[in-house]
Amino acid sequence: MEKRSMKGWLYLLPAILFLGFFMVYPLIDVFIYSFEEGYNSASQTYYGVGPYNYSYVLHDPYFLQALKNTFLLVVITVPVSTGLALLISVGLSSIRPLRKLYQTVFFLPYVTNTLAVGLVFMILFKKTAYTDGLVNLVIHWFGGSTIDFIDGPYWAKLFVLCFYTIWVVMPFKILILTSALASVNQNYYNAARVDGTSRLRIFVRITLPMISPMLFYLIITGFIGAFKAYSDAVALFGTNLNAAEMNTIVGYIYDMLYGDSGGYPSYASAAAILLFVIVLTITCINLLVSKKHVHY
Amino acid sequence: MKITLEHLTKTFPGRGRKAQEVETAVSDFTFEIPDGKLIGLLGPSGCGKSTTLNMICGLLKPTGGRIRFGETDVTDLPPERRGVGMVFQNYALYPHLTVRQNILFPLQNLKGKDKLSKGEMAHRADEAARLVQIEELMDRKPAELSGGQQQRVAIARALVKMPHVLLLDEPLSNLDARLRLQTREEIRKIQRATGITTIFVTHDQEEAMSISDLIVVMKKGVVQQIGAPQYVYDNPVNLFVARFLGTPPINVFAGAIRGGVLCLGDDRVLPVGNLPDQEVWAAIRPEGFVLDEHGPLRCRLSGIEVMGRDISVVSTHESFTGTAIRSIINADSQVDPASALVRFSVKPQKLLLFNKETEERIPVRG
Repeated sequence: MEKRSMKGWLYLLPAILFLGFFMVYPLIDVFIYSFEEGYNSASQTYYGVGPYNYSYVLHDPYFLQALKNTFLLVVITVPVSTGLALLISVGLSSIRPLRKLYQTVFFLPYVTNTLAVGLVFMILFKKTAYTDGLVNLVIHWFGGSTIDFIDGPYWAKLFVLCFYTIWVVMPFKILILTSALASVNQNYYNAARVDGTSRLRIFVRITLPMISPMLFYLIITGFIGAFKAYSDAVALFGTNLNAAEMNTIVGYIYDMLYGDSGGYPSYASAAAILLFVIVLTITCINLLVSKKHVHY
Repeated sequence: MKITLEHLTKTFPGRGRKAQEVETAVSDFTFEIPDGKLIGLLGPSGCGKSTTLNMICGLLKPTGGRIRFGETDVTDLPPERRGVGMVFQNYALYPHLTVRQNILFPLQNLKGKDKLSKGEMAHRADEAARLVQIEELMDRKPAELSGGQQQRVAIARALVKMPHVLLLDEPLSNLDARLRLQTREEIRKIQRATGITTIFVTHDQEEAMSISDLIVVMKKGVVQQIGAPQYVYDNPVNLFVARFLGTPPINVFAGAIRGGVLCLGDDRVLPVGNLPDQEVWAAIRPEGFVLDEHGPLRCRLSGIEVMGRDISVVSTHESFTGTAIRSIINADSQVDPASALVRFSVKPQKLLLFNKETEERIPVRG
């Protein structure tokens, strides 16, 4: 090897070692486990090699439930939270008085502990023997019948989970989008005004393309984040998520490893690889779509 | 279209420590811009020239005064109803749109009876592109264009609406020196070809002088002088205008008139008629110096700069207010760089006298 390229590799070595040990090796290992049937981490033994783990996971009703939950969570929360964040950011950047105060208020959830927020949401939504909870009081006020959002029907629980997720991820998106909006040169708006461009057209034809890289970043990270959701569900519904029908894919993996019914690293690995493939596919689709609509 | 500015005034609320005061950006600007002329608004930064342009454009609302286009009062009209085209200093081309889309953008905004068919729009865009000679660049993005090309696209975008008034904010400041010369000629040509009343803002006096029909010199929001470039150059109303126009800048001496003769230090330079004895600012244009072995103005020579066609003699004098006197002399003249002293006589028409207190021009009738 040429001396100069040796030097280059030497400089890369720390990063390669780090990534190799902590990212590539575990990924390969998980991939291997996912094909080893009945792998036992204590005795380091397994019965055989084959796709059985995948077949088991894909036929496990708990996994299918988790898959459905995760997909619904992604499909609902990513567009809604991004759209709402965009709306609020545009609002924020078009008001002058109290803007700083509003920005702080909108950012507060970001620095608050997830579990603490989950507790607050539980108090808001939960129906107990003593109280119906604040949200139910409001529903009652408007003449509706009370619903148990935490232990009640599936759609109610999913609603709380989505509501909570949106509420938690919004601050960061608002922060990013307000700074993206602020960085659009005022001259573009002046030029558009001189040409008599309507507000809607300015927004669609100028503002959106200008902030499209940031918007795209938020959508990609939003998808990935929502696919990896777990702690949100735990904060609301406790650790027995399978019983609550509110498990997510990451929750399923955790349960397979350490939960009450756990101790199955092979199944967990297969589920993890499935999640990896799903996230990879969605991200690739995102990148393809973005080629046309994102202007750097 | 004729543009009339009547007592145009713009004040901004003060900020920070000066919150109680108001800052006056433009003060009582009254001027009638004749139809089809090219006007240069000229002044140092912060003199209110861009503010004036933005008020004419409609992006800023004047605090006082009226603006009329022809006979129509447009003071309260939004920009799009004034029929103005504007070229911004950084061009403000939409980076995600192609050149064609950029030029079409203003046309696509038209509504109601002004609405154009697709074919008309394309035709108008092509016409505008041809005028500024960018037909072959229509499908590129702004980032793929040079500064001069971007400038032309911006002008095409401003012209495509067929405005009554074209406004250019520092149109040449982002271009390199060579391109600046070329582009300013082109702006002149396009203005002549279209006959649109055009106002442009610049801090570069050479730029303003070279292409304007009329220049307006401003200082701290107040119009100092309006006139044809050469006239203003030869007859500045005050020391500020005299200093602002011309490169190299005019040489200002602290002089005195004694017995009808201008004295600079001990040198009795030039008779100035029957002006009473007084202290004055005496300003001499660089081209007003003539090398003369017996000349009355004795300066200490500090250097010679060769500029090809001319040479610039750099010298100092005890009554000079700046650091170095620059005089432009024909390159055929012989100056001995080793000599310590250089003597000049002064062309009377290139000498300007200003009141010591008010800095107003003192007319000389010799």
